[in-house]
Amino acid sequence: MRAPAEQAGPAGPGGWSVPAPWRVTGARAETRDVVTVELAPPEAFSFRPGQFNMLYATGVGEVPISISGDPASPGPVRHTIRDVGPVTRALCALRPGGQAGVRGPFGTSWPVASAEGGDLVIVAGGIGLPPLRPALCQALARRGAYRRVMLLYGARTPADLLFTEELAGWRRRSGLAAEITVDAGTPDWHGDVGVVPDLIGRAQLDPGLTTAFIVGPEIMMRFAVRALLAAGVSTSRIFLSLERNMECAVAMCGHCQLGPFLLCRDGPVLCYREVAPWLRVREL
Amino acid sequence: MDSFERLLRGHGFFHGLDPAYLSLLAGCARNVRFGSGTFLFRESEPAGEFFVLREGKVALEIAAPERGPLVVQTVPEGGVIGFSWLFEPHRWEFDARAVEPVRAIALDGVCLRGKCEQDPRLGYDLMQRFARIAVQRLQATRLQLLDVYGHAGTG
Repeated sequence: MRAPAEQAGPAGPGGWSVPAPWRVTGARAETRDVVTVELAPPEAFSFRPGQFNMLYATGVGEVPISISGDPASPGPVRHTIRDVGPVTRALCALRPGGQAGVRGPFGTSWPVASAEGGDLVIVAGGIGLPPLRPALCQALARRGAYRRVMLLYGARTPADLLFTEELAGWRRRSGLAAEITVDAGTPDWHGDVGVVPDLIGRAQLDPGLTTAFIVGPEIMMRFAVRALLAAGVSTSRIFLSLERNMECAVAMCGHCQLGPFLLCRDGPVLCYREVAPWLRVREL
Repeated sequence: MDSFERLLRGHGFFHGLDPAYLSLLAGCARNVRFGSGTFLFRESEPAGEFFVLREGKVALEIAAPERGPLVVQTVPEGGVIGFSWLFEPHRWEFDARAVEPVRAIALDGVCLRGKCEQDPRLGYDLMQRFARIAVQRLQATRLQLLDVYGHAGTG
């Protein structure tokens, strides 16, 4: 059975074209170059797991950032941001009392409910974990509705792993089966060294009952998909988040076009079966 | 059927292997245990066997002056360790350290090489199985070398 990525809802009351000022209520360094910023919306705000906001750093620029908070949690909205350029650097430097411009939420969401009754396998690489965190929160809140909930997570080094304390808590209390690996270990690292696709290969998946969500660098996702397909998982039950070149976020500028898809509107969450032919086109 | 034959039959690496060959391989097998922190083998030592991990995890690593041991990969329970017994000069290329207590079946490579020489069909079958693992590890190494997490665009 095919479970489509869930479509975006209508525009919020403030509209989607002008950033609204949101107050910074918290900022926490996750790693040397990743910060989680909590922003309080000026009015009621809701989102679905996998959606993103456009965050505007005053006078610097605007970038798409996935929401990393729990959709069921009212209050400030979490965004986990990696410092990779001028705008994200300015956003990472935000501190409580500061302000950022926000448009959103945008895009499609993870079909978390459609995985109920089976195994949910969440595959994350690097900064790909934050867009999956809301889906994890939602699935673990209804843990009994699933057979296995697995997280297969890889990062560059142990120091680059995100949410480690929270993951340990989820493992202990919520029945999350988490396998974590790094590309390069350190002398004090006693976990796995290797790549995420190898975690998939040894996860002993029940392919007929598995739904997989993947976020990470596109090369990693390509190899992760291969490993899932080799394990027998259907293309219609593999979902990816693609975040190429989003700028307007309202399907107007065309910069995020991938074949027939405008990723800001039709994505970021897409079913692999639908998007696979376009991922193979090198020029796109 | 002896216990080694049963153990090997139940392991994915030997899936589909001719039962007669399984019996033959079982004749070259022995049980081994390694405490956490001890070594299955060390770089440059003679490589006379390979290991099928039944329990525990092993780190493949290389010692670097002033940097200590660098872990290249970890191999979990169910994994297979050791290609060097197949190829000249039959010496280990890396250290293999038990990260946690390890139980394994060690298969005598010298004994197996002789049997493969006598029966090329067995040799080809085993070579295919080892080649599959080698390719998988090569792909993993390529992904690690690409440093995919290190390049996150700009913005």
